[in-house]
Amino acid sequence: MIAAVSAEGLSIARGERVLFERLSFSVAAGEALALTGANGAGKTSLLRAIAGLIRPRAGEIRFSGADGELEPEEARGQGLHLLGHFDGLKPHRTAWEELSFQAVWAGGDEASAREAARALELAPLLDLEVRKLSAGQRRRLALARLIAAPRPVWLLDEPLAPLDAARRARAGELMAEHLNGGGLIVAAVHDPLPVSARTLEIGSAG
Amino acid sequence: MRTWLALYRRELALAWGRGGGPLTALAFFLGVTTLLPLAVGSEPQRLAAVAPGSAWLALALASLLSLERLFERDYEDGALDLLALGSTPLELVGLAKVAGQWTANGLPLALCAPIAAVALGAQPYLAPLMVLTALAGGLAFACVGGIGAALALGARRGGLLVAVIVLPLFAPPVIFGAGAIEALRDGLRWEPGLAFLAAYALGALALAPFAMAAAVRNALS
Repeated sequence: MIAAVSAEGLSIARGERVLFERLSFSVAAGEALALTGANGAGKTSLLRAIAGLIRPRAGEIRFSGADGELEPEEARGQGLHLLGHFDGLKPHRTAWEELSFQAVWAGGDEASAREAARALELAPLLDLEVRKLSAGQRRRLALARLIAAPRPVWLLDEPLAPLDAARRARAGELMAEHLNGGGLIVAAVHDPLPVSARTLEIGSAG
Repeated sequence: MRTWLALYRRELALAWGRGGGPLTALAFFLGVTTLLPLAVGSEPQRLAAVAPGSAWLALALASLLSLERLFERDYEDGALDLLALGSTPLELVGLAKVAGQWTANGLPLALCAPIAAVALGAQPYLAPLMVLTALAGGLAFACVGGIGAALALGARRGGLLVAVIVLPLFAPPVIFGAGAIEALRDGLRWEPGLAFLAAYALGALALAPFAMAAAVRNALS
């Protein structure tokens, strides 16, 4: 179980362009970190670097558990959810087929997927094909995966953008529950998160 | 294992989903073999001579059809990120995709290949060997094709690129597979051809997961 994520002297470049340099931060269990910054500052790249999909140009990202440092590969494979701009939902499969697959893939099961669908008020939509869902409904379907397969680290990229006010509040409650249960959240946002969070501005130095 | 099977089932569902994947490949395969008599002439003797070889050629081409989408659709909609962050290593993700490709495309094509060959005038006693070689060849096509599909990720006109990468690697299975059948027809030993074909398929199966995983990691970063 991941209890903290930290980065030290992190530099990330995309191609020739350096997005940011010497960034350090740490997030512990129960904490949320809100990444802010202009478009293109590198918020998404930072999330993908934490997820291990991008190799940083310099610096290191560490995961630690209750008793010491964890092997990054292993920690990522079992302890991390990434919710990006693209939700990986196949347009021609039903919401339930996609949710149950994603839940099982991330370590949950069908029962937990049903539970999560209930928590996000998705029950009436489950038989619809994904292409018939609105942007907000798709986002809730993607969020349901995080509930269905409990993993300590949530990396969220603009998680609430397509949601209406009531659903934002509901998502806020789920985030608060996640934090109370010892989880941690790193989210790239333009609007404030609905839970109390530290703010880290990306790219302000450059 | 449970998660791997879930992925394998999803791959099959996606292959059989809209657009009818394997049915398109089958129709293409039959279309190519129907064109052959129109191109080389319909004298039975001439057709019978080229029947096994042309069935193999059509098989190789039909195996190319659905390769482009193998990784591309998951790459475009972000599902590949999700697959990369599972507890299952990317190597096994690639293996599930190849296995799905083989069951959804290779199997129906292998069953169809002898029908096409016999329709072109091949002797019916060649049919069992045709199925056997097409099964092994289909595995080789799926593995090599999976590598090509992963390498072409993110490229524009990826489908053409896959074909260009993969066709040279399709040469050995075509040589050994069609060679084994022709050897049987001419009364020679056909076992070596089949053995070489199986060796190539197993070699590709052993290497492909690592090559696909490396290519996918590269495409995601």
